[in-house]
Formats: sequence, C-alpha cells, structure tokens
Amino acid sequence: MSIASQDSAVKNNRTTMVLIYVTLLVFALFYLVPLFVMIANSLKPLSEITGGNMMALPKEWTIEPWLKAWSTAQIGVEPTGLRPYFINSIIMVVPAVIISSIIGALNGYVLTKWRFKGDTIIFGLMLFSCFIPFQIVLIPMAMVLGKLGLSGSVSGLILVHVVYGIGFSTLYYRNYYAAFPTELVRAAMIDGAGFFQIFWRIMLPVSGPITVVCVIWQFTNIWNDFLFGVSFGGQDQPMTAALNNLVQSSTGVKEYNVHFAGAILAALPTLLVYIVAGRYFVRGLMAGSVKG
Amino acid sequence: MGFLEINNVTKSYGAVKVLHDIDINVDEGEFLVLVGPSGCGKSTLLNIIAGLENLTSGEIAINDQTVNHVHPSNRNIAMVFQSYALYPNMTVAQNITFGLEMHNVPKSEREAALNDVAKLLQIEPLLNRKPGQLSGGQRQRVAMGRALVRNPDVFLFDEPLSNLDAKLRVDMRTEIKKLHQKLKKTIVYVTHDQIEAMTLSSRIAVMYNGYVQQLGTPSEVYNTPANVFVAKFIGSPAMNVIPATITIKAKHAFACFEDGSGKAIDLQLSQPASSFNNGQSVLLGIRPEAISDLGNEDRNVNISKPFETMVMVTEPSGADTFVTLNLAGHDVVSRLRGDVALPSGTLASFTVNMDKVVLFDPETENRLDI
Repeated sequence: MSIASQDSAVKNNRTTMVLIYVTLLVFALFYLVPLFVMIANSLKPLSEITGGNMMALPKEWTIEPWLKAWSTAQIGVEPTGLRPYFINSIIMVVPAVIISSIIGALNGYVLTKWRFKGDTIIFGLMLFSCFIPFQIVLIPMAMVLGKLGLSGSVSGLILVHVVYGIGFSTLYYRNYYAAFPTELVRAAMIDGAGFFQIFWRIMLPVSGPITVVCVIWQFTNIWNDFLFGVSFGGQDQPMTAALNNLVQSSTGVKEYNVHFAGAILAALPTLLVYIVAGRYFVRGLMAGSVKG
Repeated sequence: MGFLEINNVTKSYGAVKVLHDIDINVDEGEFLVLVGPSGCGKSTLLNIIAGLENLTSGEIAINDQTVNHVHPSNRNIAMVFQSYALYPNMTVAQNITFGLEMHNVPKSEREAALNDVAKLLQIEPLLNRKPGQLSGGQRQRVAMGRALVRNPDVFLFDEPLSNLDAKLRVDMRTEIKKLHQKLKKTIVYVTHDQIEAMTLSSRIAVMYNGYVQQLGTPSEVYNTPANVFVAKFIGSPAMNVIPATITIKAKHAFACFEDGSGKAIDLQLSQPASSFNNGQSVLLGIRPEAISDLGNEDRNVNISKPFETMVMVTEPSGADTFVTLNLAGHDVVSRLRGDVALPSGTLASFTVNMDKVVLFDPETENRLDI
C-alpha cells in the first residue's frame, strides 16, 4: 500500500511539473513573439512586409535595413542614420552614470558612517527626488541650464541626468552601507585612514553588488529617457529622440524593416548591460533592500 | 600620576547623562577591566578613551598629554573590536599593516613588524588569506596582531571574546593574559563577563548606570564589595544577600533570622559588638563558598554555630555541587565539594564562615565598613 501510494505521489508530481513547464513555455513564446517579429522583419526587404506576411521568416535575407538605419536613414532633415545619435547617447550616458553613482556612493557613505544632526531628514528629502515626475521640472530645469549656458548640449543633459540620478543612487548605497559594520570604519579611523582613504580602501572594494544594481538602473533610465533628451538635447539629441524622428516621419514610404532595425539598435546597449551584469542584479537588490 | 588618566569624565546625550564623573587612573603596564551589565556605559567610556566619541566634560590624558581633541589615530592607542572588524577585502598581512601604511611607515619596516607579530601570535601560515577564510579564533588573533603591530601606549579591548565559543573563549583568555605578562603593556578591557574580569585584570572597575560602583583589585572587589550591586554582580553563583536583625548578647553581636515558624537562627558575627546597635537592620552577604555542610568546614576560620535547614535543590557541576538551602525563608546557594551527598528535600546541618560575611546598610545598600 505504502509503496503504491508513493508511486502515485511521484507520478502526480511529474504531471504537475510537465504542466508547469508547458505553461511557462507558452508564456515565454508569447512574450518573445514581438522580438521575433522585429528581428525577422528587420532582415527582410520592404516588399516582403508590405506583401502582407509579417509573421513569416524572410524569403530573401538581407542586412540592408540595418545598414540603412545605422548610417543613411533620414533623421529629421539630414540623411545621417542613427549613428551620430547613438554616439551622443553614449557620450551622455557613460559620464552621467559614473558621476551619479560616485556621488550616490559618497552620499551613502556620509549618511551612514558620518552621521550628523538632521541626516535622516536630508536622506528623506533626497528620496523625494525619486518620486518627482520629469514633466514638473522641465521649465525650472530649462531656466537653470540657460543660466549655466548648457542648454542644447550633451553636457547639459549629463547634468540633468546626474541631478535626477542622485536620488536613486543615494538610496541604493545608503541602504547597502547601513548594513556595513561601523566598527570597520572605526578600526580604520584608529589605523589612521582619512575620510577618502576609508571610502576608497575599505568601503568601495566591497560595494560590487550594489554598484552593479546602481549602474544597471542608471544606465537603463538615462539611455531610455526621451523627455529630457528631446527637451534639452538641442542639436545633440540622444538615440531615443532620433528613433522617434525616424519612426514617426510622415513623409515618404514607411520603411518598416528599417524602423525595426533602428528600434533594436536603440535597445541593444541596455540589453547588453542586463546580459553582462544581470546575474549580480538580483543579488545586489536583495543585499541593498533586505539588510538595510 | 597615572599613565592613562580619566579625570571627571561625563558624557550626556542631550538630557540623558550616561557617564557620571568617572575618575580612574591607570598605571603603566596595568590591566584595567571595565565590567558591568549592558547599558552601564563601559563601551561608551572605552570609545571616549579611543576618541571615537566626544566627552561632555572632563579630561582624558595619555602619557601626561591631554588627548581630548586629538584624533584617534594620533593617540597612540590600538583597539580590538568585538566583531574583530577585519577589512574583508584585504589579506591578513594587509590587515595587520594597514595602520602602518596609513602612518607612512616604509615598506621594509612594515614587513619586519608584520613578521614579528605573526611569529608572536603564530599566524604566519595565514598571512595571505582573507578574513572570510579564517575561523573565529584565527580572526581574533589577527585582530590582536593588528593592534600589536602599532606598538601603542594603550591597548583597548571591546568585549573581544564574546563572539567565540565557550572553550575557545577560555583558551584565548589565557592567551591574552600571557601576552600581557610578556609585553607588559597598558590595557583597558571591556567585558560584561565577571569571570573574564576577575581572571584577567590587575584592577577592576565595576560600572552600573553610568557610575563606577567600585574600583579595586579582583580580591578587593570580590571580598569587600562596595555595595549590594557589586556583591551580586561579581561571583557566580551570586553572593546571597539576606535581611537580618542585629542582637547583642553577652558582648557579642549576632545576626538573627526568623522564619515564619518561629524557629530562629543566630549567626555570631566576627565584627565587634560595639559597632552595632541592638535591633539594627542589616543586609547579610554570604558567598556560596562560605557555607559548608557540617563537618567539612575550614577549621582555621571563625565558623558559626551549626544550624539545621531544608535542602531545596542540589545541582552537581562536577568539581562543585551547588546546594540551595532554605535560610529563614530565603533561598541561599552554597558551593559544596563535588561528591557531597545531600538529596533535595532532606534536612541537613550547615555552618557559615563568618570571616567572609559582608554587611550592608539596607537603606543605602552600601557596605558597612566595620
């Protein structure tokens, strides 16, 4: 009896497992369909798409749409392709991410290890910046950039994103460092290390997980931002604004294959960041949130 | 003049005063233990000596120099923390020499110092490991190495043994004592464990509620506790403190207890009758080892008349057996030899070593100095 019932328990288990996997597979396929459509159609000549079969694999494989999106497509009035805008985005994202992460780490370090009167209030106020919608600050930000002489430039965009990013990066690092034993900082003080020496030699070397989280978060947000880019970019617009110009153009034939290729190009860097650093992401998020 | 002077130090957090006029002078080479229950201010005092916290008023002086406003790294002190506080990203060798590096000691000198310390603490094979790869005892050694390598004037230990398991704690205790005997350095050591305090120190400061309750050698603190708190805090099992009334009969003073049944027990005190008033209330402090079962007492001391009472609980612990007996309605713990045969629930006769009895004022709870 007992053996028979054990048997059926195992079998039952197997049926559930199969069901679970089938369901997961169906959902995975469902979510992957848009990506499939984008990739498949970006590799077809336009005639195959307008011919009406969006779901099919290309009959004639071509990378022409990719080349066109990258270097010759009409963006606004110039036939430059997305390349210069991609470069703009990189020039904007890299310093913005680095500067906002460093400032966030320093803020977190000061707010947890060099406590002062009113530090929690200051932290609370910084947290507010995470909840302020972009639209509200457009006009004041435009005025500040104008006064600084940075309007319509990549440097202006970097400043905007750094200011906006500090809220989140401070939140991450503060919560991470809150779990970091203060005795270590005291030991380093007695050993004679100064403010920045403690930061560089003791705190930063163990900040790997939270740095990954912060970089992924900042990179995706800044790369994907459209509103600030289109408002303050001027001539040096980022990738998102250019993609919009490419896809939304109302003159001439809609080149869907080029649009698909452009959209994938625009999403590629964030995808790469996730694939390279993604496995640290969850780990870092847990460390930052649960322990803090 | 002491080597480390703590002069009238007070510390307040807002309106809350956590240290009240602490006044301790530590001689060079002395091993001072600050002991007390959690929240008594002992760690705060240590942090003030280290310079990690500011004092509200008073003075800290090391080697005849006031260090109130000197940065921790320039006080020539070293500290061993409860959690060891080893830098997780550095190897053992880097951990130990970090302080020297920060003080710009040349590399060759750093290595020589590292080798000396590693040899002294027998951690040479561990030098290239990270703290995460070490056991608790090894981490403890590295933490001490980091303190020793700086060759400081004063060592500060903040409950360094409380994260170790019981056996290792005893081993490391002996090791710390050996190290102190060898190096003869001034040490201030914080613990809540009164056994550590008794075994390690040359002097103990018992702290409670931000006050130093008593400052003295281990034997002073143990045999002549300043008040009921010290009496009960130092020693395990704790000293029995029971209320009694003084009666003077035939030029001798007796401490009398009466249980409900009307059967009185009189213990003749060693102190002269002239120091008491007839009918005076006192608190009688009796160490567990001052009580003996009849026939096994030390003949060379002033022992009381035997009294018969009920054995409540018997707890054998190997070397000693702890017997709880009923003395006039109070539970009183005695420490008897290991093989004593006194089952609970039986009647037995006991005597008290009256030379070891301490008397307290029931109002102030301070020891009566007679």
